[in-house]
Amino acid sequence: MLSFVVEHLPRFLQGALLTVQLATYSCLLGLCIAVPVALARLSTNRMLRGLSTGYVFFFRGTPLLAQIFLIYYGSGQFRHALDAVGLWSLFRDPWFCALFTLKLNTGAYSSEILRGAIHAVPKGEIEAARSLGLKPLIRLRLIIMPRAIRIGWPAYTNEVVYQIQATSLVSIITIMDITGVARAIGARHFTFYEAFGLAAILYLILVYGFIFMARRVERRLNLHLQPSNAPRSARAQGLIR
Amino acid sequence: MPDLQGYGSLLIDGLMITLGVAIASMIGALILGLAAAAGKLFASRPLRILIEAYTTIVRGVPELVLLLLIYYGLPTLVQDTLGGMGHDVTLAINPFAAGIGTLTLIYAAFACEVYRAAYLAVPPGQREAALALGLSSLITFRKVELPQMMRYALPGLGNVWMVLVKATALISIIQLPELMRNADIAARSTQQPFTFFFMACLLYLCITLVSMWGQGRLETWASRGTTEGTL
Repeated sequence: MLSFVVEHLPRFLQGALLTVQLATYSCLLGLCIAVPVALARLSTNRMLRGLSTGYVFFFRGTPLLAQIFLIYYGSGQFRHALDAVGLWSLFRDPWFCALFTLKLNTGAYSSEILRGAIHAVPKGEIEAARSLGLKPLIRLRLIIMPRAIRIGWPAYTNEVVYQIQATSLVSIITIMDITGVARAIGARHFTFYEAFGLAAILYLILVYGFIFMARRVERRLNLHLQPSNAPRSARAQGLIR
Repeated sequence: MPDLQGYGSLLIDGLMITLGVAIASMIGALILGLAAAAGKLFASRPLRILIEAYTTIVRGVPELVLLLLIYYGLPTLVQDTLGGMGHDVTLAINPFAAGIGTLTLIYAAFACEVYRAAYLAVPPGQREAALALGLSSLITFRKVELPQMMRYALPGLGNVWMVLVKATALISIIQLPELMRNADIAARSTQQPFTFFFMACLLYLCITLVSMWGQGRLETWASRGTTEGTL
């Protein structure tokens, strides 16, 4: 086992770098989608609400694997159309398809978290802002969002944890992330339990390392409140979304 | 309706296997999760630490890695260990068993957390009152604590079911002919990947819709006799 680790650790670490990159980029891009989608779902415009609800329903109701296949393999069916607009070279690239699917997927889940958090902002605070004469955008930026971010942060932490794990699926479309490296090395040297065991340990380090950092951010966000008070109950819900 | 070129029945067959795997794993997860939650709440310290380690590890490792670890890793580990002792065996796990086993193992850890939180949400006065009325410990649990606990646990367990159904798609990686695998087969032979993967997505959405409806009914039923109705 030790010689296995010494021999293959560099390749696994390269895979880990790819995993971290995919998780980071997809979460950041996903947030850029989540904010407008959450606002659209809360808007009074029926068209906006319908579109955003459909998007969220589709991406939360189907497996990520199906979404990856739909975009990576499915785009081949529209090759001529994509060729005509010059997008085919993008959809042929597994890295682009992986990032594209992951960000749409996490965007849907994050928008639901944000929507729930905005709903949970106490009504009185919004009414107070309104009676002070703050305009809608200012109200959103100064009153609602800072509050919603604090409320939604523990749930969003879980979403990022889930996203780190979800990136393992990209190994199926030939990307050499941690799981991809483990599959390749396991199959070549017939060392399955060593390879997948090491992969599992790397994921555990990434996930619990991230949770440790997220807790520190959470404490900072809630510095003005009593420490170790509110967030605990949210955490007791576990890592599930 | 797109032309499925006669592959529609293949998708339905896959859907049946997907549902079978999901239901079997869910039943396993509900039972194992309840046992793990009971252990976490009442067992002795070493056992509690062991269960804590199990839920911590399982929730931190991707489902795909665990599945591959069990399907490919476990047989080779057993073979190597036995080979070291001088026994030569070849071992392979049936993909069906590996899939159900992995999903049960993973989602029992999530169900365990749900049960534990639900149990802690039932006020201790309920138990004390029942015991004071002379009910035995077992009857107290079955008639007083469990019904109230279920009301708190149902939304969380429904969530576990939804995530579990989607996780069954991963088993296609180890060649079990469930919905994703069959959609893949159809997509390859007809050269129409988008059509078939989209149909698979629609079928998953149907399961989600039915589950949401069922969950709503169950929650109404479980919160009968309470004033607030919803949590």
